[in-house]
Amino acid sequence: MTPPLLQLQAVKKHFGEVPVLKGITLDVAPGEFVAVLGPNGAGKSTLFNCVSQVMRPSSGQVRYRGEDVQHCGAAYRRHLGYISHQLFLYGELTGLENLQFFARLYGVEASSRRLEVLLREMGLHHCRDRPVRTYSRGMKQRLAITRALLHEPGLVLLDEPFTGLDQHAATLLAGLLRRLRDEAKTVLMISHQLEHAVQLASRVLFLVNGRIRADLSAGQIDPPDLARRYMEVVEQSGGGRG
Amino acid sequence: MMTRILELAFRLAWKDLRMEFRSRQNFLTVLFFAFIVIVIFNFAFEPGSPAIRESAPAILWVAFLFAGILNLSSAFIVEKEEGCLLGLLLAPMERGVIFIGKFLSNMMFQLLMELLIFPVFLVFFNIELRGGWLWFLLVVILVNTGFVAVGTLFSAMTIGLKTREVLLPILLFPVIVPVIIAGVRATGLVFQGSPGSDLGSWLKLLGGFDLVFVVVSAAVFRFVVEEAS
Repeated sequence: MTPPLLQLQAVKKHFGEVPVLKGITLDVAPGEFVAVLGPNGAGKSTLFNCVSQVMRPSSGQVRYRGEDVQHCGAAYRRHLGYISHQLFLYGELTGLENLQFFARLYGVEASSRRLEVLLREMGLHHCRDRPVRTYSRGMKQRLAITRALLHEPGLVLLDEPFTGLDQHAATLLAGLLRRLRDEAKTVLMISHQLEHAVQLASRVLFLVNGRIRADLSAGQIDPPDLARRYMEVVEQSGGGRG
Repeated sequence: MMTRILELAFRLAWKDLRMEFRSRQNFLTVLFFAFIVIVIFNFAFEPGSPAIRESAPAILWVAFLFAGILNLSSAFIVEKEEGCLLGLLLAPMERGVIFIGKFLSNMMFQLLMELLIFPVFLVFFNIELRGGWLWFLLVVILVNTGFVAVGTLFSAMTIGLKTREVLLPILLFPVIVPVIIAGVRATGLVFQGSPGSDLGSWLKLLGGFDLVFVVVSAAVFRFVVEEAS
């Protein structure tokens, strides 16, 4: 059996007296595309913050390839690619300059030629020397994806990537994410939009009130049934905090 | 290791400088504010009076530091847009690198503003530095180091607050009072052309405070910036 790439062991997180994650235990195998669904305030973003070392869990462990990430230091983040509705791009820099900047931060020896190839693949080559503030939302999202995958991460985290996108941009993004899935990248996606989980994920988790309430594998993800089960779980658990 | 930290910090600072000189949003405002302060104080005093010469060092530092506050209060705004601060926190580097990078860019903006404003000040207040240029440069660097180190920390601390522009000076100035007093005294001695041992004492005091401020700010920054993200 393949050892899990990412393991969460009884991860809890409190903000003061308020418990947000109440003991998350989860194994993610290499090549899995896991969607974490939950209402606002369920603890999805906090879970991602703990996985990405932005926050320390109050207790429990996050392990990557068997190692506790708190002991790996900053080097662990070299394995993460983070795609969010927030783009992490500087509007006053050009598309190419943004990629060059982040390539340096990640210690990637990315030649201008490689960056130009990546920009061409994403259909952004023609505007590489334009400030990012002049890009459309869809173009920015494609550049953000290029930035996040520049260093060929082992684990891709998707934080509500469809938020704020129009239909055209959302379709483009879904296509790009499908490509990640087909390339057997390990992906953890948080969303409250069920349709994207159904289309993309090989596994769906329901996170409600800081606990995983359901863990469904590919065979159990039946589109019409998923929405009903999700609503049942949310209502039984008393909904989100928000 | 140290080379990599410095390389990344300079990358961050270079990115800030490049963005600022493309948008010119902040620097011109800061420059104009410092100029206005110098002009207003100049008109407040009788030309050639002893009072103007005695007050000149304090006026100079009021102009430099109040204008500097404007720059510091917007230092992290650019990182808050599009979640860039989180993007930096996710990068495989120690959080202290972000502090060093921001410190360097803030320091460069501050020094550049002072470089442009100081000749104006010399003309308006009719001050001759004679041989005191190097001493003055040392005072400027030492005062700015303490001011920018604590200012960078507090700027990160107040990044998410609506009252950031008001809160930053209220938090910052009480903390750096020793640096301001030492800076004004040392500058006064340089302007009088009598550095002597008194200047040495003020410089030592500035150096001591700078050391404490830089070390503490760099150490605390990580916790502040993680909270702010």
